[in-house]
Amino acid sequence: MAGFKLPDMETLRSRVKDIKLEMPHRKEKEKHDVSVPAGGIKCPSCENVFEKKELGKLKICPKCARYFRLNSRERIRLTVDEGSFEEFDSTLQAKNPLNFPEYEEKIAKMQEKTNLKDAVITGVCKIGGEKTVIGVMDSGFMMASMGSVVGEKLTRAFEYATKNKLPIIIFACSGGARMQEGIVSLMQMAKVSAAAAKHSQAGLLYITVLTDPTTGGVTASFAMLGDIIISEPKALIGFAGRRVIEGTIKQKLPDEFQTAEFQLEHGFVDLIVTREEMPIKLRDILRLHSGRKDGAE
Amino acid sequence: MAGAYDNVKIARKVSRPTALDYINHIFEGFVEMHGDRQFRDDKAIVGGVAWLVDRPVTVIGIQKGKSMEENIERNFGSPHPEGYRKALRLMKQAEKFGRPIINLINTSGAYCGVGAEERGQGEAIARNLLEMAELKVPSISVVIGEGGSGGALALAVTDRVWMLENSVYAILSPEGFASILWKDAGRAKEAADVMKLTANDLLEMGIIEKVIKEAKGGAQNDFGFTANLLKSKLVTELDILCDKPVDKLLEERYARFRKFGEFTE
Repeated sequence: MAGFKLPDMETLRSRVKDIKLEMPHRKEKEKHDVSVPAGGIKCPSCENVFEKKELGKLKICPKCARYFRLNSRERIRLTVDEGSFEEFDSTLQAKNPLNFPEYEEKIAKMQEKTNLKDAVITGVCKIGGEKTVIGVMDSGFMMASMGSVVGEKLTRAFEYATKNKLPIIIFACSGGARMQEGIVSLMQMAKVSAAAAKHSQAGLLYITVLTDPTTGGVTASFAMLGDIIISEPKALIGFAGRRVIEGTIKQKLPDEFQTAEFQLEHGFVDLIVTREEMPIKLRDILRLHSGRKDGAE
Repeated sequence: MAGAYDNVKIARKVSRPTALDYINHIFEGFVEMHGDRQFRDDKAIVGGVAWLVDRPVTVIGIQKGKSMEENIERNFGSPHPEGYRKALRLMKQAEKFGRPIINLINTSGAYCGVGAEERGQGEAIARNLLEMAELKVPSISVVIGEGGSGGALALAVTDRVWMLENSVYAILSPEGFASILWKDAGRAKEAADVMKLTANDLLEMGIIEKVIKEAKGGAQNDFGFTANLLKSKLVTELDILCDKPVDKLLEERYARFRKFGEFTE
C-alpha cells in the first residue's frame, strides 16, 4: 500500500453521480443523409437503405429485423380488437408547476407535431375478446417523460380497472421523469404506484410490456410492478442512463447491457415476446386469468 | 438575498449531522439490523428498532460517512438495490409487530453502477413505493440533508414527509437538471432557483407537511437544537398517527399522494 493515496473528496463525489431519471438516449438515427433517397429509410442497425413502406405495419427492418419505435396509436391498432378501444381523459393536458421557461411552448409544439395531448393514451378495450384497461406511452412526445398528465391518466386508468374489476396492460416506454415539472413529476411515481398497489390488493391482473426505451423514474415505479413483465426483443430497459454509469465506473459498457435479454437473464423480465406474437400472447395470458379458456361468450 | 443553491451547499456539507447522529440522539436502545436476506448488507442504509421515549419504533436512515474511509464504506450514502430491500424488510417487520416507522433521508441519489442495474435498482425502488403505500402502520420520513430523486422517494411514501430547514428534495441535482435542460451544468445555481427544492418551497407547494428549524448556517452549528426539536415533533405526531384506525390511515396516505399533479381537463 506504500504510496497509495485516497482520491480527494471531489474526485470521489464525482464518481457517485446523481441519478438521472431522464437520460440522454441512444437517438433513433432516422435523419436523412444524402445517400438515402426521398421516401427511403436507413436502418440504424444494419445500415441498409430501403423504402419506408417495406417496414410494414409492425415497423420491423426487412433486412435485420430491428424494431423501429411504434407510436401509441400504431401500437393500439396492432394490439386491440378492431373497434373496441374507448379512450379515457383525452383532453387532459399539462400546466406548468415550476413556471419553467418555455415549457408551455414546448408542450404546444409537441401537441402539434404528434397530435397527442401528452405522452400516454389510456382507455378500455378488448384483446381476443377479453376486456381490459390499457395504457400506451408514446416516445414521440418528449421521450414519453412522466409529468402530471402521464401520472394522472395512468392513476385514473388503474382506479377504473380496480373499480370495474378489470385487468390492466401498460405498454411502457420513457426517458424518465418530466424534468420541467420538477418534484411534481417525482411525486407521480408514488401516485401511480399507490394506485397499482390498490389494484393488486383487489386481486386483479397487471401486465407491463416494456418497449424501447424504458428507463429512469418509469422503470423505478409502475413499469417494474407488473404481475407479469413482458418485453419486446432488444428493448433498452434500465434505471440509470448508460452514460451516467460509464461516467461513474470510467469504463465502456458492453452492448447487451440493459437490454431486454439482459433483464431476462437477471430475472427482471418474465418473457420476451415479438411484435407479431404480442396480441395473441396477451390474449392467452388474459384468458388464463379470466378462466375463459375458449374466449369470451 | 440567499439563493436556493446555498441550501444545496449546506445540505451537502460533510459536517452536516448524519442519520446515525439523529438516531443516537433522539432514540434510546437502538438495535441495528443488517442485510436484505437476499444478497448482502448495504451500509449506505442503516436500520433497526429503538425507543422513542417509551414507544418502540423502527428507524431507518440513509447514512453518509464522516470521513473518506467511512464514505467509501457507506458508498457516500448512495444505496444499492439491496439497501432498499433491507429497508423494506425492516418496514415489513415493523408492520408485523405494529411499530411505527421513521425514515431519515440523506442521499444524492440511488447508486448508478453495473451491480445496481444487474440487481434491479429500478425494481427495488418501485417495490418500496408500492409496498409503503399499503403498510398498516404509521410512518414519518424526514429529509435531513439531500433528498435525491427516486433514491429518496423510495423511503418517503409515508404518512408525513418533513424536511430540516436547510435540506433539499428534488427530481435531480441542480447540476444534472441544468445539464439536461440547458446542456450546461455550470448553470446549477440558476437551476436550483427554478427547481423549488428548498424545504420552504416544498412546504408552500404542499409536497411536505413540516419544516424543522436549524441553527443559523446549518444544523451542525447547534445539533442539539435541531435534534431535540425533531424529537419533540416526532413524539407529538406519532401520538396523533397511532390513534388513527388503520383504514383511515391508509385512506389518508393514498389521498396524500393522489393529489399531486397539475393539469387541465
